Amino acid sequence: MSFWNVKVCKTVGYSSLFYSFFKIGTFTIGGGYAMIPLMEDILVDKRQWIDKEEFMNILSISQAMPGVFAVNMATNIGYKLKGVRGSVVAVLGNILVPVAIILLLAIFFRQFRENQVIEAIFKGLRPAVVALIAAPVFSMAKTARISWQNFWIPILSALLIWLLGVSPVIVILVAGVAGFVYGRIKVGKEGSAK
Amino acid sequence: MIILRLFLIFCKIGIFTFGGGYSMVALIQNEVVEKYHWLTAEEFTDLLAVSQMTPGPVGINTATYTGYTVVLNNGGEPWMGVMGSLVASFAVILLPFIAMLLLCRFLAKHRDNPIIDIIFRVLRLTVVGLIAAAAISLASVENFGSWNISHKQVIISVALFVAVFVASFKFKKSPIMLLLASGAVGFLAYYVF
Repeated sequence: MSFWNVKVCKTVGYSSLFYSFFKIGTFTIGGGYAMIPLMEDILVDKRQWIDKEEFMNILSISQAMPGVFAVNMATNIGYKLKGVRGSVVAVLGNILVPVAIILLLAIFFRQFRENQVIEAIFKGLRPAVVALIAAPVFSMAKTARISWQNFWIPILSALLIWLLGVSPVIVILVAGVAGFVYGRIKVGKEGSAK
Repeated sequence: MIILRLFLIFCKIGIFTFGGGYSMVALIQNEVVEKYHWLTAEEFTDLLAVSQMTPGPVGINTATYTGYTVVLNNGGEPWMGVMGSLVASFAVILLPFIAMLLLCRFLAKHRDNPIIDIIFRVLRLTVVGLIAAAAISLASVENFGSWNISHKQVIISVALFVAVFVASFKFKKSPIMLLLASGAVGFLAYYVF
């Protein structure tokens, strides 16, 4: 298993790449993490452009890199599928509708602010968004091959972030360094055993 | 001139944001509200609320909105405001985009390195915890309502949470369908009745 599995890249067209990210950008309310369930649904389950392990690799990298999380996801997946042009297409698809909507809101903001219909709809949406973020945690634990030896890793990182307010960036960076050190020791041992 | 300024400030916000979402909000607030007074604190809070309710990442939304508002506050024409908002949105993703491409190149070259493989095995486990933490901290009064203010909203929110969780986790229903249905429930529960 490497960072990207390469088997499925060739058949992807720019238009379907654009359309997929257009859909993800348009239907993601609440930004960032709210995009994860929809991305997984479209890219992993329906299109099968990436598998679940790759998806989680890309997630961790996008979280650790600077910038807007959702745009980082689009950049990385676009690059994996179609190179630099694929990145541009995926990012443009992803931000087109959000930019257009906010631009309209900026122009007409005052009229929208106190609208009771909109407020009612969003009162219903908010808990649904939280549920959509909570649901994949369990299926992702399975994909990450959780076991008795390593189940403390996700629990510890959740507690560090949630209870102690440690930045996710720090947690990702520390986990990366720890993985590197562990990898060096393990690969070194196997090398000398040969 | 103001447009060039917008470009530079939002480039800076983009590259110094690690961890997305709320860390970007802090940086934007510092630059846009406190240092340059491009938006008032009230305008900024409203914008955050709207960003939570409209599609797209909060970083992009804020850049788009600020770009337009700043140009108009400085006496620009509306079409220049549109330019400003496009420039700010472009700027906020430019440098992270380039950084990400460079990283992708590196990863593509070293795809079969066993150490990179182990690093990602650890990272995948960490990300599970990361998302769990995000879900836990989002299960808040802002999203579920306050018991002291409205029993009704908390009960409906918890019911919606459970229903959407089960439909998504157990029955693999599409998130788009679930969001449309939840919006409809909200409309019926809080506006019609």
